[in-house]
Amino acid sequence: MAAPKILLLDDDTAFTELYREMLSKHLSSMPEVKTSTSGSRALAMLDAEPFNMLIVDLNMPKMDGLQVLSIVRRKHPHVRLVVLTGVRDEQFRTRAYAMGVDQYWIKPESDQEVGLFMESIESLLSRETQGGFRGVQSKSLVDIIQLECLSQSSCLLKISNGLIEGKIWIKNGEVIDAEAAGLVAEAAFQRILAWKTGSFEILPSDDTRDRTIQESYQSLLLNSAQALDEASASTPAQEATTRATFALADISQWPGVEFAMAVRGRKARDYYGIENPGPMGQWLEETIKNFQELGDYLQVGQLQEVLGTGPKRKIAMATLSGSQICIGFPATMPPEQLRDTFKKILEKWAC
Amino acid sequence: MGLLDLFSRSSRKVLVHLPSGSFTMDREGKIMTSTLPQSFPQQFTLEIGKQVLTCFRGAERAQVQVSEIVLQYSALKILARELRGGAIVFLMPQAGTNQPVKRM
Repeated sequence: MAAPKILLLDDDTAFTELYREMLSKHLSSMPEVKTSTSGSRALAMLDAEPFNMLIVDLNMPKMDGLQVLSIVRRKHPHVRLVVLTGVRDEQFRTRAYAMGVDQYWIKPESDQEVGLFMESIESLLSRETQGGFRGVQSKSLVDIIQLECLSQSSCLLKISNGLIEGKIWIKNGEVIDAEAAGLVAEAAFQRILAWKTGSFEILPSDDTRDRTIQESYQSLLLNSAQALDEASASTPAQEATTRATFALADISQWPGVEFAMAVRGRKARDYYGIENPGPMGQWLEETIKNFQELGDYLQVGQLQEVLGTGPKRKIAMATLSGSQICIGFPATMPPEQLRDTFKKILEKWAC
Repeated sequence: MGLLDLFSRSSRKVLVHLPSGSFTMDREGKIMTSTLPQSFPQQFTLEIGKQVLTCFRGAERAQVQVSEIVLQYSALKILARELRGGAIVFLMPQAGTNQPVKRM
């Protein structure tokens, strides 16, 4: 198996040389380590050859680490990202994690800290070479569940799909319960597995959780795979249109909903209760796109939702599974109720 | 060497800290008042303002009456209110989770 490749980016050449030597000689995976002292050079190197991992400082001249992270995350989503910096600031840590880094390290100041850092890098690299089950970026949720169950783990998987959350409880290698979109047990499990995109966290297990799912995890995964196969028998376009139509019909019955619109590309627009769908759809699409780009520019992570208030109504917008969704509510609806309703609608939509 | 260090440090780019504060701008997108620290680059303020005004104007063209928008990002909340053709914008950094989030 080829040695993993690490790109180390820091404007301090003495530091990069020291860490290049440490990483290449003292990790058991014997990675090939290349260095760069500027963000632009590092980006060119990433474009030119594949790397498994980028270790990046934050405070650098011309192009800072957050800018580099923002570009790499978009252009090379498979690359593991590790921040190694002297910046002890909670806000930058939060922003780096919001941008999808795997780990955030303060530059080690003792032998013990260096040891911990090296161990964590080795661990990240070994997950990658073992097929990346926990490496996650390119793996499905099924892979992750299989890994947790095969290793007899106990944990709580928290899965997010936009604003929607699902939870799967695993105890001693068996799936014991699940919860999502108002569903519980096996129904929730299947619902979560139907989500095509999202992010997840592995949290400590909850020993107090009662078992509601009695089937083995193999059987659960088989049932889910069959259900997904049947669903994928229809073409993606048919599926999207059918789902949008059903979802809008359902959403229109929701208390408080005055109008709803879903945009998927220039031509695919589904709506309910809107007199001017053309201009409205264009505005929705442009607004979401512009504010997503603004988030990239400011390096503040993912755009989660946009709420608008006018004299007659309030609106809530978000992106879900590639569609831009906009829902109108009465102006009198309290903000908390609006957020809660919008979240439930998105959960329904995701189903 | 000490003198050279001083020059090299002064040309070093500093990471931009997300501030709490507000600014107002006129209908042309010109910043009128601001409580944001000077360390926050003006091009960031101008870009936020530009996108906010674009949103309000687009809403007007689409006949969607919107006078206030709230943008929720992972690490920042932005609240903007229309103000005589311009806007007042509030920036509120969010204290998010420090746990790594993995993508599927």
